[in-house]
Amino acid sequence: MTVSAIEDIIRVRGLVTRFGTHTVHDGLDLDVRRGEIIGVVGGSGTGKSVLLRAIVGLLKPDAGKIEVFGKSVRDTSDDDYRNMRRRWGVMFQDGALFSSLTVQQNVEAPMREQLQMDAELRAVLAGIKVHMVGLPEDALSKHPAELSGGMRKRAGFARAIALDPEIVFLDEPTAGLDPIGAAAFDILIKQLQAALGLTVFLVTHDLDSLYAICDRVAVLADKRVLAVGTLEDMLAVDHPWVQEYFHGPRARAAQTTAGGH
Amino acid sequence: MTVPTPFEVTRNGSRLVARGDLLIDAVVALDRPSLVDQARGASVIDISGVTRIDTAGAWLLVDLQLQSAAEGGALTLEGANEVEAQLIETVRLGMPPETVDVVQVRSLGDVLENLGRKVVRGARKAIELISFLGQVVSTLAGTVIHPRRLRMTSLVHHCQEVGLNAVPIVALMAFLIGVVLAFQGAAQLRQFGAEVFVVDLIAISVLRELGILLTAIIVAGRSGSAFTAAIGSMKMREEIDAMRTIGLDPVTILVVPRVLALMLMLPALGFIADIAGLVGGAVMSWIELGVSPAVFQSRLVSNTDVWHFGVGMIKAPFFALIIGIIGCFEGLKVGGDAESLGRLTSTSVVLSIFLVIVADAMFSIFFAIVGV
Repeated sequence: MTVSAIEDIIRVRGLVTRFGTHTVHDGLDLDVRRGEIIGVVGGSGTGKSVLLRAIVGLLKPDAGKIEVFGKSVRDTSDDDYRNMRRRWGVMFQDGALFSSLTVQQNVEAPMREQLQMDAELRAVLAGIKVHMVGLPEDALSKHPAELSGGMRKRAGFARAIALDPEIVFLDEPTAGLDPIGAAAFDILIKQLQAALGLTVFLVTHDLDSLYAICDRVAVLADKRVLAVGTLEDMLAVDHPWVQEYFHGPRARAAQTTAGGH
Repeated sequence: MTVPTPFEVTRNGSRLVARGDLLIDAVVALDRPSLVDQARGASVIDISGVTRIDTAGAWLLVDLQLQSAAEGGALTLEGANEVEAQLIETVRLGMPPETVDVVQVRSLGDVLENLGRKVVRGARKAIELISFLGQVVSTLAGTVIHPRRLRMTSLVHHCQEVGLNAVPIVALMAFLIGVVLAFQGAAQLRQFGAEVFVVDLIAISVLRELGILLTAIIVAGRSGSAFTAAIGSMKMREEIDAMRTIGLDPVTILVVPRVLALMLMLPALGFIADIAGLVGGAVMSWIELGVSPAVFQSRLVSNTDVWHFGVGMIKAPFFALIIGIIGCFEGLKVGGDAESLGRLTSTSVVLSIFLVIVADAMFSIFFAIVGV
């Protein structure tokens, strides 16, 4: 798979979302390029997760246009939407694994739904996916309730990449992990992105993740995308929140760590 | 968007040449056994013509290599670019080890062991339930001594939930039971010309048994399940643990108001059910048998001992205690997953209805011995 020209795989134009009288997004624009890891940051309540939900079609925007793979997510036929869902994977906060199924059945669930394949092949592929996200062999037969938070996230990631999607949406993958686990997860995302040629849409609070793996960063503030660009670009943005975020003590610490590699 | 090219493999001497998109759809559609046949004896597989490859595709290649190795051959990969090679290596590391299916044989010993485990589990649950009952009763007694500990707002709220809001359904149910009893009773008693005894039939069965028993069953389905679901979802979201850490006792705050509300309200609901049942019976007797309400009333007053009503009412708080305790107990046992919430909610309803009926049978024996 070659990326000849920069192609916008996700295109959001003039997105407006409201909850009652509370406006979350007001005319939000965002482009995500094929093959990149884009980090979406913003303070609490700026609508990062809401943006993710709108892009994957879980939430109906009040206005605006969202295109994924060049097709509108909302005004599309069921077949197209079904096809689209096959080409992306979503990992929710805390994994959102089906609690009545084992890890293996969770990872097999998208394969079972979307493809006619025999049980043996499904099991083998699920095993590979689970190994790829760094879970031990015995995790396959466990139920989500028996796993730790970090393992649940990994299992959720395995389910998200079950069908080798072109885009994976990750909602705060490193939140609640210890620093070692978080760093390992960052490396995992980077590795799989390289191996599978993924486009990664990463909602995060974690400055270390931004410095370690993101190609570009989009900052959500004032109900829209305030700035998009590389981390160097962000340092130059003249906005109080962005300044504080990227020049604060934690940002400097993360920058030093990333520079030390 | 790249146009998908179909995946195909051709054999060229000892070389296998693969072309096209080696994606999961192709792997699923592929006739794998015949591919293995085709690959038998080949020494090189050339994938430079493969346009796209994913995990499933990489697995196919690795699997081919492994199969060939198992037959003593060696299949080498050629023409993979850097990204493809990396993916194939990642998959190779993740290949599951050869699994041997263990056939499980169930012997008599296993069956016995299972039975034993079930008995122990049942006994343990009974002990837990009784200790929970003790805990709730002692907390209830504590609130009698220190009335300020009682959560009045919560108590009133639950009284409304389990009592007032249940009045329509309970009254309707009892009215219909009265109607059915009068209708069926009349049909049988008419054969003996003893139609008028239908009043005794209705009065005794409704006041003594059916009014309170059916009310308890409805309340178990309505409020017992609600208790389990509410407390269970609080348990799931660690709210119960949070309460404990800030020094709030879940039994005082969650269980006592619910159980107390049920104990206050179930007799009231039972009373309403009695009235509605008698009214239903009287209406049907009038229509079907021509027993006027005045006659119905006088027969009811002269022939029915007030203890029939008393027996029904005495049972009410005990039924309430059973429903409340089981509802809350099952709720507190919910674990981390959504499935246990559903399972325990249905257990709670089934168990409380069962125990209410068992208690009713016990009461029948008790009152027979006492002689009322």
